[in-house]
Amino acid sequence: MSHVVIKKELCKGCSFCIKACPKSVLSLSSDINNRGFNYAEYAGEGCTGCGFCFYSCPELDAIEVYS
Amino acid sequence: MGNKILKKSEAFYDVFFRKPGDEKKSTTYCAGCGHGIIHKLIAEAITDLGMTEKTTFVSPVGCSVFAYYYFKTGNVEAAHGRAPAVATAVKRSHPDSYVICYQGDGDLAAIGTAEILHAANRGENITVIFVNNAIYGMTGGQMAPTSLLNQKTATSPFGRDEAEEGYPLRMSEIIATLDAPVLVARTSVHDIKNIMQTRKLIRKALNAQKDKKGFSFIEILSQCPTNWKVKPEDAQEWMEKNMLPYYKREVFKDILDQAAPVPHPKPRKEIAEIVELLALPEFKTRKDNGGETTLKTIRRETKFKIAGFGGQGVLSLGAFLCELAIVNHYHSTWIPSYGPEMRGGTANCSVILSPEEIASPVVQEIDILVAFNHPSLVKFHSNVKEEGLIFYNNSIINDLSEIMPYVRRKKIQLIGVDASNAADSLGDPRMVNVAMLGHMIKVYPYFQLQQADLLLEKKFSTKPRLVELNKQALRRGFEQDEMENIV
Repeated sequence: MSHVVIKKELCKGCSFCIKACPKSVLSLSSDINNRGFNYAEYAGEGCTGCGFCFYSCPELDAIEVYS
Repeated sequence: MGNKILKKSEAFYDVFFRKPGDEKKSTTYCAGCGHGIIHKLIAEAITDLGMTEKTTFVSPVGCSVFAYYYFKTGNVEAAHGRAPAVATAVKRSHPDSYVICYQGDGDLAAIGTAEILHAANRGENITVIFVNNAIYGMTGGQMAPTSLLNQKTATSPFGRDEAEEGYPLRMSEIIATLDAPVLVARTSVHDIKNIMQTRKLIRKALNAQKDKKGFSFIEILSQCPTNWKVKPEDAQEWMEKNMLPYYKREVFKDILDQAAPVPHPKPRKEIAEIVELLALPEFKTRKDNGGETTLKTIRRETKFKIAGFGGQGVLSLGAFLCELAIVNHYHSTWIPSYGPEMRGGTANCSVILSPEEIASPVVQEIDILVAFNHPSLVKFHSNVKEEGLIFYNNSIINDLSEIMPYVRRKKIQLIGVDASNAADSLGDPRMVNVAMLGHMIKVYPYFQLQQADLLLEKKFSTKPRLVELNKQALRRGFEQDEMENIV
């Protein structure tokens, strides 16, 4: 099943992925990571594997998409 | 549905070991910076096109300088703005490599305007990725040439005013007016639709380079939320409101269909062609020069400095030496250095003769110094290498006391040539350089007197009197007893 893996310690919380997601299954955490950012989280279902979050993420290794 | 995995490209280092600090997995870029997005698109493209192993990034100054932390490719740093010049060198010396010039707007559109225009105009077969965020990012948000009218920056606190600072430069439009570029386009990475558009254009540009089509230029409008002083999530809106109305996103030029493969690098000229162009006498090989077999062969790069005052024929002696080398199938370089005076100032030239191609014409350590007057001898003697050679005009240089300590210490061979007197005895002081050459050929038998004769005949073909005079001067120098001095 398509899903997305977000490495929360690499996320800087820019929220580009959240804006890009056509299914709105990503959101910003209320927690902060070790670096002090709210980070993107996947709701756990609804991902279609379109990869938009991957391409809009400015970090090189923060998001992986499996479909 | 097939298995598709999108993850960190193999064109990136697994761990960014070059990056300082403890965090070797994340980038140096601020939250919401466009660089990372663009990096990923390039990395994916070079991986898919099988170019990674042969790609060299050239990154100059600005945040773009950090490309070498991340890309597992060749990386060359360039001085501010000079990336297209460095890329030209890399591409021309390695025509089968792929060269990506990755530059920001403060770099490309300000200090590097000349380099980018000329590289584009020459149609170098490179790909330029121009990241335009309308501001100087790394240095703290100063106004860039691309900053928008009324945009407030650290150095335009009241907003950019065209009366003071001119209008934002539209580099793509400027470059698209040139004949040579084959692909010029502007795109952006402010939302996913445009990111995917950019992805296509980057691939197109890299493919163009692969097919040797020539110069491609992709301008990418990118976010710098930190220096725009907006939150990352508001960067998209900022760009839509401020940048997009001024910077049109379109393909300004695309002649890939008609473009023939670029001819760079051109094949080197044959020696015969050079000899013909310079109207020099031709020798088929080094041996084919009149039967003499006592000639020595120049086996390594030999560096000359020839110095004196203007009018002594310092520069022409250097050029003459090069011509002798060329007809003997050696490589040579010559750079003159002189003051504004035509006569009486100081002059010197750097000459390199070599059996191999010469990488740089600059002479710092001297193998053979030829000094025509005292100041030149004093000025350059301490650059002569250990066991080097100094020819000096002992007609007018009498005092060697200043140079002797160095000459002794470095075991330099010092050879006095009575050159000025030889010239004067022929009634023409201008012959001093040829007299010197005559003696040089004797001590340094890499060329023949007869070859020099032939060159002189060609050179002064309309002035037979000068040919005779020069030949005589050459012999006066040659026949002089060797005066190996003092040491």
